[in-house]
Amino acid sequence: MDVPAPVLRMSGIGKQFPGVRALDGVDLRLLPGEVHALMGENGAGKSTLIKVLTGVHPADSGTIELAGRTVSFAGPLEAQQAGISTVYQEVNLCANLSVAENIFIGREPRRRGRIDWKRMRARAAELLRRLELDIDVSAPLSSYSLALQQMVAIARAIDVEARVLILDEPTSSLDAGEVRQLFHVMRRLKEEGIAILFVSHFLDQIYEISDRMTILRNGRLVGEYLTRELSQVALVSKMIGQELAELERLHGEARTFDRPLVEARELGRTGAVEPFSLTIHEGEVVGLAGLLGSGRTEIARLLFGADHATGGEVAVGGAPAALRTPRAAMAHRIAFCSENRKRDGLIPDLTVRENIVLALQATRGWTRPVPRDQQDELVGRYIKALKISPPNPDHLVRNLSGGNQQKVLLARWLILEPRLLILDEPTRGIDVGAKAEIQRLVTELSDGGMAVLFISAELEEVLRLSHRVGVLRDRRLVADLPNDDTLTTDTLMETIASGGRA
Amino acid sequence: MTTAILDRLGARGRSVPAKYVPVLVTAGLFVAMFVAGGIRYEGFATGQVILNVFIDNAFLLVVAVGMTFVILTGGIDLSVGSVVALSTMISASLMAGPGWPPYLVVPLVLLIGSALGLVMGYIVHAFDIQPFIVTLAGMFLARGLCYTIGTDSIPIEDPTFTAFAQTRIDLFADLWISPSVVIAVVVVLVAAYVLHYTRLGRTVYATGGSEQSALLMGLPVGRTKVAVYTISGFCSALGGVLLSFYMLSGYGLHAVGMELDAIAAVVIGGTLLTGGSGFLLGTVLGVLVLGLIQTVLSFEGTLSSWWTKIFIGLLLFVFILLQRLFSARRRT
Repeated sequence: MDVPAPVLRMSGIGKQFPGVRALDGVDLRLLPGEVHALMGENGAGKSTLIKVLTGVHPADSGTIELAGRTVSFAGPLEAQQAGISTVYQEVNLCANLSVAENIFIGREPRRRGRIDWKRMRARAAELLRRLELDIDVSAPLSSYSLALQQMVAIARAIDVEARVLILDEPTSSLDAGEVRQLFHVMRRLKEEGIAILFVSHFLDQIYEISDRMTILRNGRLVGEYLTRELSQVALVSKMIGQELAELERLHGEARTFDRPLVEARELGRTGAVEPFSLTIHEGEVVGLAGLLGSGRTEIARLLFGADHATGGEVAVGGAPAALRTPRAAMAHRIAFCSENRKRDGLIPDLTVRENIVLALQATRGWTRPVPRDQQDELVGRYIKALKISPPNPDHLVRNLSGGNQQKVLLARWLILEPRLLILDEPTRGIDVGAKAEIQRLVTELSDGGMAVLFISAELEEVLRLSHRVGVLRDRRLVADLPNDDTLTTDTLMETIASGGRA
Repeated sequence: MTTAILDRLGARGRSVPAKYVPVLVTAGLFVAMFVAGGIRYEGFATGQVILNVFIDNAFLLVVAVGMTFVILTGGIDLSVGSVVALSTMISASLMAGPGWPPYLVVPLVLLIGSALGLVMGYIVHAFDIQPFIVTLAGMFLARGLCYTIGTDSIPIEDPTFTAFAQTRIDLFADLWISPSVVIAVVVVLVAAYVLHYTRLGRTVYATGGSEQSALLMGLPVGRTKVAVYTISGFCSALGGVLLSFYMLSGYGLHAVGMELDAIAAVVIGGTLLTGGSGFLLGTVLGVLVLGLIQTVLSFEGTLSSWWTKIFIGLLLFVFILLQRLFSARRRT
């Protein structure tokens, strides 16, 4: 197949942030009239690459060529003027202005210095008709759905002779019908010869719309592939970076549990996770596997009452329970170690002891402080049990290593003696030793009768610890698999890629 | 502006676009007050009563126009009352002391007011500081400067100035207005044109709607923010000149609390304090409602003038609650 000359070519792009090598020798080329998917897990460097391309960050090394000429943009505005427009996930328009104004503001048609509203509305309507949209352009943007607002953003982007259109996660808050509408628009633009760079976490959408893809991992280029020549399984393994053959079978015994602790029936939240049913038994470790953004954390937040469910019900210990707030969930003795320990969990300027007793104190209320000797006793016990180092309760948490911070957070919840412990990525970013200790701890806790919901991006870890694995894909729980001899990382990855085992 | 709105209303017929609702509520309130006053008091329902409201509040109207620009971007300008006082003080002292002619004094005063606004706007923009605190500083500064000029009231006796101030412009059927009203109306018309038909005006709305988005759309947000405070400073200085016509004196205690009257008029006129939504026509109606309350109380005769404040307070409560309901409904 003969390939037309690329409209955009980035070669050898490198970008260093303090302490992180965000991009290292990345190449990307966009061909006119093609939808090109940029793939990679969170932190793989997708957004950095887009920001380098649109001039938000200058590149440290490498060159960008637009239609054969070397360019470097000082900012998004300059990139836009050169024909590279970006539409972001959250619509960056002014909802208080009319649709027509949002398309043209900053370059309104004028007659003798005065904005020509009539011509502006006519041109806006014409532009939207090109996208096969027939809406009232004089109505405020806020009166339209998010999907339509996104179309308006695209209309704004393509009005300026766009040659390259970057769509950064445009579909993440759209429903199926709206996605179809967006794809329809994308196909039309493709026919007009515009090169589209498309970023999405949804594999189905990638395979539906894209012609070619570039895969990044840890800031490095994995490769460029034709979408139709790369299977979904191969794509997932290239993104995660593990060759399927390399993985051993590490999972433990599958046991049967008969005392359900938390039962979710058709629990769901519009826009976050589709209705799912999941039962967690006493003493059972249930793993959740899936790509980032597939709805893992959303399930955890629903079960902890951090988000409101829009449908379905939860029973705890057989009785229906309304988990409307984290306090309500804590009253049912459900604990949640969040994914982002820095932002949602630990208070870096307090000591180890203060951080550990925080949740216990919260359940008692501020009028009944936890007596100091009880604090010392509890904290001493958990510092020892979890091997927190240095074993000094008055050490500031900010000075602890990541793994030890994670242990402090665990200790905080373990003091409450929860019946269900939800762990969201408890081992991310911590060293191997601490990781093994936390894994061992999870096993011990479940042996003691505690139920654990274990979320991790590392399939191997999920398999090693879980008795049962729920697989998520595109915000849907697609499979609930017992961890028996037939379940391997291989089959898990296939399930993630294909969306359900036959 | 008015006709444009009426055209749109006519074209749409049955449904009134949501953005006009607050202005229409204020207009309805004004009409209701006028009708109620006409029924209750003899000699109330005349054209001159409304014109007197304009005559007595021309300076407030001009100040409120500047305030509308600032509030539309989501900012606030607390310095306007002090800048008004400073303007009366500079005008009076320059005409009384060295005996400068008005045609030199007035442009100078307008320049000083604009410069003060420019500096405040620049600080708000360049250092990314809350406008509340920057203009609060400006408020103290301008009020303090008044007293460096003099602590007493300075009368204005310049013949040209007083003659202009006391001119009556006769309209038909015994109705009359002052030149200040003409100036205020011109300011309103120019401002409405700028807001509706120029890029500056639309950028003001966009900035108030979402500053972040406006930046990403490549709009000159910083320049616009500096511009609105400059406009507000200019309007305050002009309001000060009009107040000098009205009072024929300069005094450091003039226009105490006028910034709050101006903010109240803008809010009652239906402009959202969070920015991005509102019309200049609403501000005009807001000033008229405030003025009409005073007129009603003077006709009533027995009530003390503090009832004005009580009514303004109640009205503000009602209008901010209305705004809250309005924006809550829009979000769902």
